[in-house]
Amino acid sequence: MPKHELILLKNMSQPGYSGSLADYEATGGYQALRATLGKTAPADVTTAVRKSGLRGRGGAGFPTGVKWGFLPKDYQGPRYLCCNADESEPGTFKDRQLMERDPHQMLEGIVLACYAIGAEYAYIYIRGEMVLGSKILEQAIGEARAAGYIGHNILGTGTHVDVWVHRGAGAYICGEETALLESLEGKRGLPRIKPPFPATHGLYNKPTVVNNVETLANLPHILTRGAEWFAAIGSPPKSTGTRVFCVSGHVKRPGNYEVPMGVTFRELVYEHAGGMRSNKPIKAFIPGGASAPFLTPDHLDVKMDFESVAAAGSMLGSGGVTVMEEGTSMVWAALRLMEFFYHESCGKCSPCREGSSWLVQTMRRIMAKRGRMEDLETLLDLCKNIAGRTVCAFGDAEVAPIQSTLKYWRDEYVSLIREAEAADLIMPEAAGVRH
Amino acid sequence: MLKEKYQKEIDEIISRYPVKRSALIPLLYLAQQEHGYVTEAAMKEIAQLLKLTPPQVYETVTFYTVLNLKPVGKFHMQVCKSLMCALAGSDTVLGWIKTKLGIAPGESTPDGLFTLSAVECLASCGTAPMMQINDDYYEQLTEAKVDKILGDLKTTGTSDLKSGPYMWPLPVDAVRREG
Ligand SMILES: Cc1cc2nc3c(=O)[nH]c(=O)nc-3n(C[C@H](O)[C@H](O)[C@H](O)COP(=O)(O)O)c2cc1C
Ligand code: SF4
Ligand code: FES
Repeated sequence: MPKHELILLKNMSQPGYSGSLADYEATGGYQALRATLGKTAPADVTTAVRKSGLRGRGGAGFPTGVKWGFLPKDYQGPRYLCCNADESEPGTFKDRQLMERDPHQMLEGIVLACYAIGAEYAYIYIRGEMVLGSKILEQAIGEARAAGYIGHNILGTGTHVDVWVHRGAGAYICGEETALLESLEGKRGLPRIKPPFPATHGLYNKPTVVNNVETLANLPHILTRGAEWFAAIGSPPKSTGTRVFCVSGHVKRPGNYEVPMGVTFRELVYEHAGGMRSNKPIKAFIPGGASAPFLTPDHLDVKMDFESVAAAGSMLGSGGVTVMEEGTSMVWAALRLMEFFYHESCGKCSPCREGSSWLVQTMRRIMAKRGRMEDLETLLDLCKNIAGRTVCAFGDAEVAPIQSTLKYWRDEYVSLIREAEAADLIMPEAAGVRH
Repeated sequence: MLKEKYQKEIDEIISRYPVKRSALIPLLYLAQQEHGYVTEAAMKEIAQLLKLTPPQVYETVTFYTVLNLKPVGKFHMQVCKSLMCALAGSDTVLGWIKTKLGIAPGESTPDGLFTLSAVECLASCGTAPMMQINDDYYEQLTEAKVDKILGDLKTTGTSDLKSGPYMWPLPVDAVRREG
């Protein structure tokens, strides 16, 4: 049995829970909506969410209540809520479970968020590959609409919220919130230059909030059990609540584990995920999805909260924890991730578009034992010229695997290059065809 | 023409959005469902429906990997090759399929049944290695499972090994039932 109280995964962990409306209602579902709509002022809902300390679960960790507060108060036209269900960050697979196993929990969160920000339209932007997930959501929306939880004049309170599922079509960058909005407008998913932010100029240039699936799924619980209850879970004051961590890689029991923020990586890996697959020691782990710098076994006692992971030189990001055992090549691992970023760069800005191609080619060359010592400087130089100089945060993300593996495992790069140099001594003619 | 066959769906899709262009990707999905890929005629028709120019439609289609501009096999096998799956043996899975079907990523079998692709993370890293075939996910692949999936697809067009609603690890009762 889990040793921590489950919140988000609680229902689906019950025997026989199907995720249907009837099952959700039987566990107290839609009570938060009944207790809030027309009874609590929308501004007070925002205040409660701010007091709970809830921070975004999509990657950036921005305080949710604060984000909602940025919407213009006096604006009369339409506002939108977009639920970010694009989940494409390698190593992350929690939103899929939250959507497919307990869709109403998230839908209740969506209606509550819409009520708080005064939005009458919500779009769930789900990644295109998740066909099953989109069908489950559509069915759940149908059930909720028939029961009066979604649609016109919800439960007679005068609140209108319509919710639609919008499928993306296979582009990682559409998880970035402004690229998501472009994509939802039927265009190529190119991130927008910020400011202006979506809070004032979002979908169709109207005030918009983009929130992650897991962020929204927390809302019914916060409103039912109170901001103080939530604020006491985890590592208060800055990292409150639980996180659904997605554990992958060389562990015995990979999967989704919901734990309060602030437990250590050691507990997650060795107690929840059952330890290492072949009982080899850990060599490296990624604490927050492909965009987060690699960490070493020295960091196993770091607490999994936003501040502690940042202080250790990485980030909690999307909650994807990937564990690698002794014997895994770090150059190979960094190259795999670099191939991903190279494939997914949207091409809008040159440091990222050109830089990702240079990075991947240099890495491939080193991995193929055709590298030279200067390549290491080239890599670092490229990384420095991409991070912080791009339209969106993808630029910072794509350099993380290379920078961090070079920091901790430079010797592995060096020994691959030494092998290349040694081969050149034997076959000097090969030097000319290295590229 | 899509319009004749899907008038009701098309109207319903367009009605979800205050701006018509938002219906573009949903309509492209409709076109792909009809022909297996997005044809030039479909792009022109959709442009007309949404009052866009054909290049506006084309520039959008080319951005997204799920939308095909060329016919693909009846079963499009997409094996995830991102790091987390690679740690669990996805390169071996690709190898099995290559041997069994005689095609490399990017190729199709001569009978047009199978197309193989190596793709990026599909949000199943906890149940790696995995692949998507058309709309369905297949996870925790072993060679025996791959054999069964290929056999099932050839004979019945589908396989009961495909994933249901995602949850891993399974709830305790299900583990008991399955164990
Ligand atoms: C390259 C990139 C990819 C992203 N992908 C996702 C994603 O798949 N899902 C998600 O929720 N947020 C993603 N984000 C973060 C979003 O931009 C945004 O911060 C988030 O959806 C806000 O919701 P939250 O405050 O509830 O976390 C991504 C960001 C970047 C820069
Ligand atoms: S950083 Fe990369 S992904 Fe982001 S806008 Fe620039 S090119 Fe596109
Ligand atoms: S790495 Fe393959 S599904 Fe995530």
